[in-house]
Amino acid sequence: MNEEIVTIQVDGRPLQARKGQMLIEVTDKNKIYIPRFCYHQKLSIAANCRMCLVDVEKAPKPLPACATPVMDGMQVATRSKRALDAQKAVMEFLLINHPLDCPICDQGGECELQDLAMGYGRDISRYHEKKRVVKDKNIGPLVQTDMTRCIHCTRCVRFGEEIAGLKELGATGRGEHMEIGTYIEKSMISEMSGNVIDLCPVGALTSKPFRYSARTWEMQQIPGIAPHDSVGSNIHFHIKGNRVKRVVPAENDSINEVWLSDRDRFSYEGLYHPDRLTAPMIKKSGYWQEVDWETALSFVRDGLKHVMHHHSSDQLGALASASATVEELFLMQRLLRSLGTANIDHRVRQSDFTDQDKAPLFPWLGMPIAELEKQDAVLLVGSHVRKEQPIINHRLRKATMHGCQVLVINSLNYDLNFNVATRIITSPTTIPETLAGVVKALAGSGKISPDPDLKTAISTATVSDNQHLMAETLLNAGKGVILLGNQAMAHPQYGALCSLATALAKATGCHIGFLSDAANVSGAWIAGATPHRGPGGKAADKKGLNAATMLENELKAYVLLGLEPELDCLDGHQAMQALQAAEFVVNLTAYSSESIKAYADVLLPIAQFAETSGTYINNEGIWQSFNGVVPPPGEARPAWKVLRVMGNLFELEGFDFDTSLEIKEELKNQIGLKSVSNMINWSVPHLRAASSGIERITEVPMNSIDPLTRHAAALQKTTDVADGKLHIHPQLASAKGLDEGQIARVEQDEQVVELPVTLDERVPKNGVLIQAGHPDVASLGPWHGQIKLGKA
Amino acid sequence: MTETAEKIELSSNAREVIDQWIVKYPKEQKRSAVLAALREVQHENQGYLTVPLMDAVADYLDLPKIAVYEVVSFYSMLETKPCGRHSISVCTNISCMLRGADEIVEHIENKLGIKTGESTSDGRYYLKCEEECLAACCHAPMMMVDHVYYENLTPESVDEILDKLD
Ligand code: SF4
Ligand code: FES
Ligand code: FES
Repeated sequence: MNEEIVTIQVDGRPLQARKGQMLIEVTDKNKIYIPRFCYHQKLSIAANCRMCLVDVEKAPKPLPACATPVMDGMQVATRSKRALDAQKAVMEFLLINHPLDCPICDQGGECELQDLAMGYGRDISRYHEKKRVVKDKNIGPLVQTDMTRCIHCTRCVRFGEEIAGLKELGATGRGEHMEIGTYIEKSMISEMSGNVIDLCPVGALTSKPFRYSARTWEMQQIPGIAPHDSVGSNIHFHIKGNRVKRVVPAENDSINEVWLSDRDRFSYEGLYHPDRLTAPMIKKSGYWQEVDWETALSFVRDGLKHVMHHHSSDQLGALASASATVEELFLMQRLLRSLGTANIDHRVRQSDFTDQDKAPLFPWLGMPIAELEKQDAVLLVGSHVRKEQPIINHRLRKATMHGCQVLVINSLNYDLNFNVATRIITSPTTIPETLAGVVKALAGSGKISPDPDLKTAISTATVSDNQHLMAETLLNAGKGVILLGNQAMAHPQYGALCSLATALAKATGCHIGFLSDAANVSGAWIAGATPHRGPGGKAADKKGLNAATMLENELKAYVLLGLEPELDCLDGHQAMQALQAAEFVVNLTAYSSESIKAYADVLLPIAQFAETSGTYINNEGIWQSFNGVVPPPGEARPAWKVLRVMGNLFELEGFDFDTSLEIKEELKNQIGLKSVSNMINWSVPHLRAASSGIERITEVPMNSIDPLTRHAAALQKTTDVADGKLHIHPQLASAKGLDEGQIARVEQDEQVVELPVTLDERVPKNGVLIQAGHPDVASLGPWHGQIKLGKA
Repeated sequence: MTETAEKIELSSNAREVIDQWIVKYPKEQKRSAVLAALREVQHENQGYLTVPLMDAVADYLDLPKIAVYEVVSFYSMLETKPCGRHSISVCTNISCMLRGADEIVEHIENKLGIKTGESTSDGRYYLKCEEECLAACCHAPMMMVDHVYYENLTPESVDEILDKLD
């Protein structure tokens, strides 16, 4: 860019600026304060509040700093009499209608209007007329409205249009009757809707779950890391009286900028669910009893020793959530490996492990998160990125606004909030073949690797116009990336997808990246919570069973960390059977439930997000450590401490840690500096034939992804939760004689459930969507397979 | 009003009219046809718009629904409630006010037995809410009935005009 630098004078200070930059950007950068309401660094300029009026030499009237481009030699006064008079006058106008309800307003204490009224307002209003009143609207479970307080800055409206990509709020009516709202009674459905709470300068839009529960000045702000997707958004906890009152974004331009997804913002409520487990419990002769930690842990030691003694240590397996911290996962794998088994895994939603030995150090994004917005072409495979990694989606959306072509190969026709150049919607078993077709489209280019296996794999693929177009787009992109999403990683032919995507990436000069589904998938790989690799990706001397085989083989004892297997595992039904059949099951869990009690023998209450110190490693490979900011409830303890004591009880070496920091240091020392690459010579497997019947398609809705979100009250009232319904295309439904609301008989692998039907045009005509994470579908079996349908 | 699942299609006539407007604007500016579209759809629906109709216009022009609600609620010639066949707008802005617009309004209210913003129960008349300057100040007071201007009003001339309507 050709940037002309100009010099301006503000309040007598000479400042350098890019020509054409808005004055307020320059003053902000130089820490000269100009009051404002409508201006926001990440939104377009509306210049409708007029609070930022300043005095510009030679201008006949005061000018709005947010909409005045700088020019060489410009002389600006921000505090001259003319500027101050203008600002005061604007404030007086704003206060004509704004209610004087600060004492009962949640924004009080952090209200931009309140602050500026202190600086620019009069003591007493000159207006005695009635103030206008606007009826409140219910816009959903997350955002509370008090629209009488709105000052019409339109930040929330612009946010919807420009950032969320979903215009839900608007300004209806005119003049004094103008109102901000949805016009019709409607809930906001954007996965980023909570950001309007931060944007609203007044108390018109506030947090519903937080409402009336604390004042800003009573709370302490402590930094943290969001625990739900692989982005690792930076957050601030607001704490009062040892309780997390709310979570807000912390600015980090290279990760989440100033935004936060609703899931990351509101999941803290799950900390205070009544099902929290607050004391260790053991099952003795069929009865559950609360015990102290010592009793519980010796019970664990004896139980596990018994199994290892009577069978072998290989009859012991551990499944850990990828939302656990690096430190927890590191100790968990050390515990298992020290006990003589390598049966440890976090990949509870994966079904194909064939190429695990070739996998990169961790499923890497392939580039920094911020780089995504600079791509010219992006191919998404098996991903609902908008709901699964909302912040990544925002970067992609930005890329499309600069002309990036997004290509999509998915099993559901998702409503993405940006333009998609080409999309292919096809049932899961045909996805590898579809991708093979895109590779094949490049056959003439001479760029495809001569690998004979690859040749065989693509030989039978057909190439449609769309596939040609995709191949060409990637080939012609200056910068391109192929992203494998949550559904690709759970795919029964994940290995094939990896190899084909990589072949395509190599042939087109694009990157390849993985969008993993939990906060610490990268950390789990690096910490060695995998059966085939120890910490730092070192190939293990002794290989253990992967998550799926551990359950399939019905081991004698299991240790679980932070999981609700019937909801979290790819095959909930099999998980429950294996756990029920086991002799001894230890569950380190934050919640207790009837289904956990049905299979477990010991429940150890653990601290979770916000309650424990630790580290998450995000998709990009950034290590982000955090502190526990509130104490866990009752007797619950951080899992790393529990695991440390377990190590001590078994008299194992390498468990003498006093802080989580020491654990992290040890891991870091062990692995040294490792680079990661996604450009791997995968072996190319034979592609399996597409299925002929009705295929099951599975996704986990964003607010059903892990135990914490599933226990977060307000999030559970949104539409992004598993609904326990059979989603079916209207055409297939009518062919099967099914209609909206009817109960269908759904059979998979001889398991039968009855589910209400909902017509859903996003589903291909030879498949049905069943969302995972709902108890009613847990007994159905794995995420993929043939479905038989009928009327109940 | 609440969100509705009810979906309706625009009539083929409406679509035809809208298409004629769409071609007048650059390809990526379909939204520019929104006013013309709403006018036509309102006309077909006895002079008022419903949420499903507004939604249908939004879908047809690829607009967010709220964007259409914004337009409809902004312009006073677009109605969202059933109203009488003949719409009467009496200007009450400054010039007309000085020339007796308030008495004209009062006269109509008494004559029809309704207040501004209401329709007669026989569905014949609709007296619109306070109307702003309609740019006929030099012949104030004035009113607009079904898009036709009537100027230099007196109570008698108003009677005559209104009585003639079916
Ligand atoms: S609700 Fe808040 S953010 Fe939206 S326009 Fe009103 S004051 Fe601005
Ligand atoms: S901040 Fe400049 S006009 Fe609102
Ligand atoms: S004031 Fe009535 S037409 Fe202008």
